Amino acid sequence: MAYSNKVLDHYNNPRNVGSFDKTDPTVGTGMVGAPECGDVMKLQVKVNPATGVIEDAKFKTFGCGSAIASSSLATEWLRGKTVDQALDIKNTDIVNELSLPPVKIHCSVLAEDAIKAAISDYKKKSAAQA
Amino acid sequence: MIKLPIYMDNHATTPLDPRVFEAMRPYFTEVFGNAASRNHSFGWQAEEAVEKARKQIAELIGATAKEIVFTSGATESNNLALKGVAEMYAEKGNHLITAATEHKAILDTCKRLEKEGARVTYLPVQTNGLVDLDQLRAAITDKTILISIMYANNEIGVVQHIREIGKIAKERGVLVHTDGTQAVGKIPVDVTKDNIDLMSISAHKMYGPKGVGALYVRRRNPRVQLTAQMDGGGHERGMRSGTLNVTGIVGLGEACALAKAEMAEESKRLSYLRDKMKDRLLASLDEVYINGTMESRLPNNLNISFAFVEGESLLMGINDIAVSSGSACTSATLEPSYVLKALGAGDDLAHSSIRFGLGRFNTEEEADYVTAKVIEVVKKLRELSPLYEMHKEGIDLTKVQWTAH
Repeated sequence: MAYSNKVLDHYNNPRNVGSFDKTDPTVGTGMVGAPECGDVMKLQVKVNPATGVIEDAKFKTFGCGSAIASSSLATEWLRGKTVDQALDIKNTDIVNELSLPPVKIHCSVLAEDAIKAAISDYKKKSAAQA
Repeated sequence: MIKLPIYMDNHATTPLDPRVFEAMRPYFTEVFGNAASRNHSFGWQAEEAVEKARKQIAELIGATAKEIVFTSGATESNNLALKGVAEMYAEKGNHLITAATEHKAILDTCKRLEKEGARVTYLPVQTNGLVDLDQLRAAITDKTILISIMYANNEIGVVQHIREIGKIAKERGVLVHTDGTQAVGKIPVDVTKDNIDLMSISAHKMYGPKGVGALYVRRRNPRVQLTAQMDGGGHERGMRSGTLNVTGIVGLGEACALAKAEMAEESKRLSYLRDKMKDRLLASLDEVYINGTMESRLPNNLNISFAFVEGESLLMGINDIAVSSGSACTSATLEPSYVLKALGAGDDLAHSSIRFGLGRFNTEEEADYVTAKVIEVVKKLRELSPLYEMHKEGIDLTKVQWTAH
């Protein structure tokens, strides 16, 4: 399979790899996928509670190059967005940006799911605090 | 300087040995006759070349020349053996026995036969990759006409106990076919000592050309008969019609002669390289699992799962090395390797597997380079892996509630 240059770039230089403290109330964590399916993505956002802006995002992914690239790209896009704007990121945007072939579309779907899961986790936490 | 990319996927195919190519060369242009032309020297020369090759193949496997039927390759040989026996012995019975880890050329042929009314038992394998001989014994019925178990597996290199399987079959009067694609030319195979009645052979897995192979068909004790699956001029004792691929056959013959002469030394060299790679990978990385037993295995095969790292992403990181993976992402079906699944390895380890297939032209320098590169990339990908992180935190991944997709 031939990879697009953007996929290769994210694979070779993944952005924002790492983890935040899951228990931090300003952190939202999304973990999607399953090892037996060959993909697991963990995506985390760190939100400024005053502004609702995502100040930082990090990921770790077990999966193919396209899954790694999709989650790496997602962290780039998340930074600077508000939590509500983040929910507007669609898997098709990722497909287009990375020129993913049809067999790799599920990687972008997983990234969108990871974003949604991370934001929902953050919202749940901040609601519990309030 | 090491030359990149490095080819280490010799279970998929092997490069043509230059000596094989030299043997074939005259048969492309100068000696072009049809081996079936009986009335001129062009035909006689071609026939002589074919008969020489037949002998070379027979000598490698302990057969006689007349027992070799030329085909287009092992897929055709497997089809011919299974379908040909099923049709010829239909009155005797309709039951076949094979194993879950067989090549698709066997499994899909069996599925076809099932559609046509045959009954097929697919034996599971043990976690070491070997067929359980007691299960095999228990599976034989008075309707069983054929047992087809591969000699050596193309993914995990596990060598089945064919001699024992053949003995069991003989006691029950059942024919034995073995797919010898990966074994012939790599390890000693003797159709008589091993109690084999039919065996598929491929040229391109042993430094011969693609598009040519053979089926060994026993002529004595017992005399095996086959219904031809290709109608035509009645070549190859009526078992396989079609003008012989003389050039390819010459190549197959030469490849067999070289294998016979060099097997002992080559297998020693390759198992040394393979074990060196294995030992270094195991010493440098944690959570590494070898798929299939090391006790009964091809000398050139290493199949390893690097837990918490997905196979395709690993291949991407070692893109100057040609190997293959059991990961679903690298297969057309999006299913992880059915062979590894049959070992009970679990889908997650199947996704994390890499098959190294060493070959005649791999050097120690290449093996060292590949090992170092794999270690580097596995470490890098584990830094990226949420599963490795969880494992390091002491979380039991089998207990986690995953969101399967």
